[in-house]
Amino acid sequence: MSAASRSFRCNTVNGKDTLLSKEIRLMQGNEAIAEGAIYAGARFYAGYPITPSSEIAEVCSQKLPKLGGMYIQMEDEIASIAAVIGASLAGAKAFTATSGPGFSLMQENLGLAVMGEVPCVVVNVQRAGPSTGLATRPAQSDIMQVRWGRHGDQTLIALCPSSVKECFALTVTAFNFAERYRVPVVLMPDEIVGHMRENVELPAPDALEVVNRKTPTGHPADYKPFQADEDGIAPLAAYGSEYVFHVSSSMHGLDGYSNNDPNNAAWRIRQLHEKIARHRDEIVLTQTFDTDDMDVLLVTIGATTRSGRAAAIEARKRGVKAGVLQLQTVWPFPDREVAELGQRAKRIVVPEMNYSGQIADEVLKAVGPDMDLRRVNRYNGTIINPQDILAEIFDAA
Amino acid sequence: MAHATGMKYLKGGILPHMWCAGCGIGIMLGALLRAFEELDYAATDTVVVTGIGCTGKADDYLVTNALHTTHGRALAYATGIKAYNPKLHVVVLMGDGDGVTIGGNHFIHACRRNMDLTAIILNNFNFGMTGGQVSGTTPQECHTSTTIYGNPERGFDICALAETAGANYVARCIPYYGWEMKETMKEALTQKGFSVVEVVSPCPTHFGRRNEMKGIPDMLHWLRDRAVAVDAYRNLPESERGERLAIGTFVSRDFPDFNTRYESVRSRAQQG
Ligand SMILES: Cc1ncc(C[n+]2csc(CCOP(=O)(O)OP(=O)(O)O)c2C)c(N)n1
Ligand code: SF4
Repeated sequence: MSAASRSFRCNTVNGKDTLLSKEIRLMQGNEAIAEGAIYAGARFYAGYPITPSSEIAEVCSQKLPKLGGMYIQMEDEIASIAAVIGASLAGAKAFTATSGPGFSLMQENLGLAVMGEVPCVVVNVQRAGPSTGLATRPAQSDIMQVRWGRHGDQTLIALCPSSVKECFALTVTAFNFAERYRVPVVLMPDEIVGHMRENVELPAPDALEVVNRKTPTGHPADYKPFQADEDGIAPLAAYGSEYVFHVSSSMHGLDGYSNNDPNNAAWRIRQLHEKIARHRDEIVLTQTFDTDDMDVLLVTIGATTRSGRAAAIEARKRGVKAGVLQLQTVWPFPDREVAELGQRAKRIVVPEMNYSGQIADEVLKAVGPDMDLRRVNRYNGTIINPQDILAEIFDAA
Repeated sequence: MAHATGMKYLKGGILPHMWCAGCGIGIMLGALLRAFEELDYAATDTVVVTGIGCTGKADDYLVTNALHTTHGRALAYATGIKAYNPKLHVVVLMGDGDGVTIGGNHFIHACRRNMDLTAIILNNFNFGMTGGQVSGTTPQECHTSTTIYGNPERGFDICALAETAGANYVARCIPYYGWEMKETMKEALTQKGFSVVEVVSPCPTHFGRRNEMKGIPDMLHWLRDRAVAVDAYRNLPESERGERLAIGTFVSRDFPDFNTRYESVRSRAQQG
């Protein structure tokens, strides 16, 4: 299957049309994330306020109690993600939202969610740093923090929306991935996407697939919370059910009890990585625009996708065939999709809102060092505009 | 009724345990499991949440539900569990490092929130697992591996902190009085709202040998000689309280717990 045919359009998720209902609302990205979470079945939110994510908390505080769910404001982000993990193990679809500094605080406990294979969703509305930085300004500089911020040898899934509509749809996808693969999923819009307002047609309640975690069915005495099925995923019981189980931040065996045997440790680490790797093609979501015939490929995430599309359209008007590959899944990195499209292009341009070229470096890894790869970086808290990108498309193109 | 042993909550074939001879953690766990048995707790609706440290290893020995968390964060995890499923008995086992040093912020907020949790803090006055470094409860002037010239800081009084921060139930026990410890655990478990049981038991391996408790009997005698029932302690003139250690139940009150208050929030939200 080619990368282009595996990608999905903005208004479909997992092959389903998301636009079945007529309810159209002017909505903010953050609000769409909260709505998407509720649609996916989230009933527990624990968080700590931080710009530019606070609207997600505010919507949840209004809506969740009405639905019999719970909003709880914890004492900090460390506690927030801990409470989310606790609630998830008690059976909830649970999530939290934060931004750079708060996300940094969550990392250790997010590692526990990886290790304990606890489904949960963390929204990191990316803002400019380092440190408190430009607190209310956008950035796309947490790419590597999301991937590698936790200690140890671990991995998770990260998704990045570029529009309000995608905020909704990818939040549903984030919960589905978390539940299906027993893994924390990070949704990482940038501040522009989190705060922009657009008309969104909300999908009807059954229009999108909503996945619930696999629970055990055998005899309670035989239940082992880390014994994977054929698909590499172990069923997860809830505290309070007839299945009694242990979850541990320490290295543990199939039964969840701590186990320091080297063979066991190697098996656990492999299992955490391989369960994601073997489902990689279902997890990696990309979207393409005008890539059927192109000489220049733009690889984008989040809000820069929009500038990238505008630049590509303008470039075609001026006679250069440009196309856009948007990475909706950031981790695992869509390396095969990038490589497939990349080899059909003469040049790749990667616009991103950071100094270090965090996406560009991954693209380079995928296409090899001989590619003519141009970086467009902006790190002053303002958006990359189409002109910035056009300059790299045209320069000696 | 036969005497409760608590054995049915212990994993078979796991003994001997990892704790040093004379460590109070085993006595504390024994009292807790006997309390479980006398209260007829089922493993299915009991969750033991532990932090990191010698005390935090307790989940390895249990057949109840368990969650072994990160250092200092056990209360926050337990908050999520209990908030989502109020029917569960959620018990949190921590050292003083976990409970009130790295976890101090979670501790005061758990008290304030008055979550219906039972927090048991084994206060051994130091960080046991990492080799006896100074803790937030190490008394002033005491010697630890990182305060060999004496601790310049004051130590927390865990019970006073819990009382002020709003816990519904606050008690202190010592391993010299094992039966009373079990009775205290039962009270703590059955009291609605946030319950704190501080078990004072200096770490014999690291703390005792540096602080005039060379052997395990010295530690127990040190505790016995200082311990006074809380009512008697309150009647002592300030000048005589100095070296004394009040034990027993300090606080037992019935402020509404978090989940009860949240229910009224929900019903307002659903009407409005
Ligand atoms: C975030 C973090 N910091 C430090 C440590 C190292 N560490 C492990 S146990 C411990 C202290 C344990 O002391 P306490 O909680 O009092 O338990 P005890 O061993 O005395 O029972 C520390 C600092 C850690 N595991 N995680
Ligand atoms: S080091 Fe101290 S706290 Fe740890 S088991 Fe030994 S006596 Fe107990």
